[in-house]
Amino acid sequence: MRLEPVAAPGLARTLGLPALAIAATVVVASALAMLAGANPFATLGLIVKGAAGSKFAALETLNRATPLIFTGLAVAVAFRAKLWNIGAEAQLYAGALMTVLIGTQMGLPGPVAIPAMAIAAVLAGALVLLGPVLLKVRLGVDEVVTTLLFNFIMLLFISMLLEGPLKDPMGMGWPKSEAIPRDARLPRIVDGLRLHWGFGLALISAVVVWVIQVKTTLGYEIRAVGQNPQAARFASIPVGRVMVKTALLSGGLAALAGFSEVAGLKGNLTLDLSPGFGYTGIVVAMLALLHPLGVVVSALFVAGIFVGADSMSRAAEVPTYIADISVATALLFMVLAILLTRFRVVRG
Amino acid sequence: MEIFDILVSASFWAAVLRIASPLIFATMGELICERAGVLNLGIEGIMVFGAFAGWMAVYAGLGLWPGVLVAFASGALFGLAHATLTVPFGLSQHVVGLGVTLLATSSAYYAYRLALPEVTSPPRIEPFQPLDIPVLSDIPFLGEAIFSQTALTYLAFATVLIVALVLYRTPLGLALRAAGENPSAVEAQGLSVTAIRMGAVMVGSGLMAVGGAFLTMSAFSSFFFEMVNGRGWICIALVVFGAWMPGKALLGALLFAAFDALQIRMQQTPLGAEIPYQVFLMVPYVLSILALVLMSRRAEVPAALMVPYNRGER
Amino acid sequence: MGAREVVLRLEGITKRFGKLTANDDVGFALHRGEVLALLGENGAGKTTLMNILFGHYTADAGTVEVFGQALPPGAPGAALAAGVGMVHQHFTLAGNMTVLENILLGTRPLLAPGLGRAAARARVEQLSRDFGLAVHPDAKVKTLSVGERQRVEILKALYRDARILILDEPTAVLTPQESDALFETLKKAVAQGLSIIFISHKLHEVTAVSDRVIVLRHGRVVGEVATDQTDRHRIAEMMVGAEVALPHPALGTPGAALMELRDVSTPPEGNRTGLRRVTLSLKAGQITGLAGVSGNGQGALADLVSGLIAPDSGELRVAGQTVAGWSPRAALAAGVGRIPEDRHATGSIADFTLTENAVLEGYARPPFSRAGWMDWTRARAHAEGIIEKYDVRCPGPEARIRLLSGGNMQKLILGRALEAGPKIILANQPVRGLDIGALTYVQECLIAARDAGAAVLLISEDLDEIRALSDVIHVMSEGRLSPEFPRGSKTPAELGQWMAGQGFSDAA
Repeated sequence: MRLEPVAAPGLARTLGLPALAIAATVVVASALAMLAGANPFATLGLIVKGAAGSKFAALETLNRATPLIFTGLAVAVAFRAKLWNIGAEAQLYAGALMTVLIGTQMGLPGPVAIPAMAIAAVLAGALVLLGPVLLKVRLGVDEVVTTLLFNFIMLLFISMLLEGPLKDPMGMGWPKSEAIPRDARLPRIVDGLRLHWGFGLALISAVVVWVIQVKTTLGYEIRAVGQNPQAARFASIPVGRVMVKTALLSGGLAALAGFSEVAGLKGNLTLDLSPGFGYTGIVVAMLALLHPLGVVVSALFVAGIFVGADSMSRAAEVPTYIADISVATALLFMVLAILLTRFRVVRG
Repeated sequence: MEIFDILVSASFWAAVLRIASPLIFATMGELICERAGVLNLGIEGIMVFGAFAGWMAVYAGLGLWPGVLVAFASGALFGLAHATLTVPFGLSQHVVGLGVTLLATSSAYYAYRLALPEVTSPPRIEPFQPLDIPVLSDIPFLGEAIFSQTALTYLAFATVLIVALVLYRTPLGLALRAAGENPSAVEAQGLSVTAIRMGAVMVGSGLMAVGGAFLTMSAFSSFFFEMVNGRGWICIALVVFGAWMPGKALLGALLFAAFDALQIRMQQTPLGAEIPYQVFLMVPYVLSILALVLMSRRAEVPAALMVPYNRGER
Repeated sequence: MGAREVVLRLEGITKRFGKLTANDDVGFALHRGEVLALLGENGAGKTTLMNILFGHYTADAGTVEVFGQALPPGAPGAALAAGVGMVHQHFTLAGNMTVLENILLGTRPLLAPGLGRAAARARVEQLSRDFGLAVHPDAKVKTLSVGERQRVEILKALYRDARILILDEPTAVLTPQESDALFETLKKAVAQGLSIIFISHKLHEVTAVSDRVIVLRHGRVVGEVATDQTDRHRIAEMMVGAEVALPHPALGTPGAALMELRDVSTPPEGNRTGLRRVTLSLKAGQITGLAGVSGNGQGALADLVSGLIAPDSGELRVAGQTVAGWSPRAALAAGVGRIPEDRHATGSIADFTLTENAVLEGYARPPFSRAGWMDWTRARAHAEGIIEKYDVRCPGPEARIRLLSGGNMQKLILGRALEAGPKIILANQPVRGLDIGALTYVQECLIAARDAGAAVLLISEDLDEIRALSDVIHVMSEGRLSPEFPRGSKTPAELGQWMAGQGFSDAA
């Protein structure tokens, strides 16, 4: 078989194939539910209900989507420049760490503390990605492996701090930090509803990233470097510098996920702050075809699956890992579907 | 001097070989894939699934060796998924690899929860036992250090030899290397790049799964979540460190395992007790990054690594 | 050529790609001991035909017969097994492997236990002697010269007992002297009963080596003649439908030196030759032609002029000033217009629109951006201007450039460079692969730019093109630059000697 470009793909192709990918994912999830001895329709129903069936469920989904929008944007920005940042998890924790440090150690009043925490988080996240990117630009070290390995190093570093200098004396021995004061927390968007301004910040970030990509020279440079670094270099685009700028942007966005989780939701830093938001961000970004506004939609979708599956597994005997499998399956089917919107398979 | 005492103890070197074994399997697996031109980031998840599948097979009543085969086959299956998407369809090897890691990891966890819904502490199996090689295991020091390992460790070393022989001494290895260097050279000789690459990824993934299975079937006797813990990523660094050559990669794995075994023992010394244990646990990851930095721009990367091949296109 | 046994017969081969018919009812026969030239412009369908013969494509209609046996369609390897060997224009060799390994690839069943190196080496050495193809079996291919690599390709075919050899543009990468050596090898092969298809678009070679000529145009066979019964003009007419003449521009009037290199050296990069003490002066109102076999330092010189690399030693002066901090941006600012060698890989970004591609070199300055913000309205107007003025055939400025033909893509790149009002123009292989219309247009633009006072550096492997267009000619060999020769002062054979490295003061 060979792949042949489709000159002008029709609407059926561009929309139908991705829809087919989602349908295939649903089929896989149903099969998994049946393996667990559950009725697939009931299981899927429970997932949908758990994700959006009530105001509580919907808010829970929005809250879960918030860090995913940040990490999804971080990955989308980086992948656009073909910078393979798989280290959003480490950058997230760097952001969370700075948030807790500023929030608990500086004694700043709330209105000062919140922007200070956010800025410190962004700087820390940017810094964490700067190392691997400089290694890539200067020495040609593959950033995939270095950013992956940094995730493990960062988590151990956090663990060390949480069992050492940052340990909450009132924490009954659990490795967790002190909580940041109430007035330094992100306020709720609507009083009484459990949805904090981190979500608002995430939406604003998505719009900002989108504007950067389509309206600024930096966005143009990032796209050029990602599409064809050789042509970009020839055309006088400083490829190394663009990579570094991209890294700062990407790392900063991922760190905001940590900031928003600590300052908006949890209040303190623990080792299970992120159940892999950094890695899931990759799926979110890919499902959104790296489009910043699409990231919001796909983050909501992915968050819905996770929240729904959590709720479902409490009711039915289906392990919650069905959500992780579904998300991974959706990713693989989707990248294939997207390819097939642009190419057709021909024989000979 | 404590380090000296550690280095001259036979049990330390025995531990080095034990720690190296899963890395050797998985590194050889990754090396085969990359030599054929495919970066396989599914390695981490495939190791997790292999650890689960091998262990589960034994737990369900199969023997140890059938368990190893089950692990291999499960890895090959994920390899098939990876290869189908990355070879004939030419999709991004980064994205597909990470997707396969997510899929394999979560599939292992899902299956584990399905199979054992009630357990609180992970059940144990009877793992591979150390196999004293007659005569050789009686040699002082060396006998204990090298010749009293489990059969899987011996197999790991044999794998390196076999991989090297196949790569450099057979038509198959020649074609595989050429597929990673210049696929159109392979196609021009009437061979199928697609078949060679897919086969390489499947066999390589099978080896990765056996590496994972070593953890549950030889090193420990239970399956834990997160037991692979980044070993897959480390193996990718080891392939680079070994300059895509089996012998050098083996050396890298041993060197790496020696550092790892050393840090474990250092933790138990009085000096080590002063330092947070996390610092010791960071050592393997930091070493891997160092290895990558050291080897940057030195090794000869397979020229067509990560370059998809579409027939008839030039 | 007494024997008339047909060894290869193609009949009614038709292949369509979408709306394009690449091969339309193509048929011919090759006889034993014959050299058949297959002639045609780029895009005439030669490559498609060979891909069908080798099973890489399946024809929509038609049959291939080798030694009387029909080949199964779409089965790569069938032609090889039947005794057809191909030397591709882009060599299919693995650089990191040895000559012997490259030859052995695919000669034994994949699951055979060993490679049989010793016997293979002896056989390769024997073939080397028999056919005059000297090359060391244990050398890594990447250390070989282009001519040596081609010998490896021919050895590959001979090792597999090929009785039919197909050579695709074999002389494009050779010096005239190396080409002569190749022709000697081909004569030896024919004498041993092999049959040869020689694909080319160079008429003088075709008339020199072939017994019979088949001309392809727009995917069809438009003519078939015995070489000794025709002449170049008639063949040329068949190729393009009418005789084309290279332009004969009047000599330019040289002015001040706009860019000067004094003893400039650059280090080799990987396989690429660096510059060795190159001294060159590009003068206003003059086309400086650079001849040479590709890979002899032209790449480094082009990169230097376009700002991608800086001199390692020596001096680069632009408008009389020694440059510091030389970069692509500095080059553009200094008024260097660049037409890169590879318009797909270097000159454009395939998935960018024409608008985005039109401002690739100027995006960072007004009017296309201010304070970091792109002005897409101005950018689009600029692209529309180029499309209009340079006759770029396209669906519009918002179409992706990957949809354009090579000629239209090149016109956009040319327009992008010329609209910036360059004082110095680097044109690296500006017409390679273009159809006649686009080719003539690009050449005319370069001449017009020269007449308007620009200093043009024209790099080409096509000696005829260099000789026709250049006011002065230099030859490059192994990173060294020959003295300046005025147009017409050297014969092709004399230039060929320089290309082969003879005449340089430090010749080894």
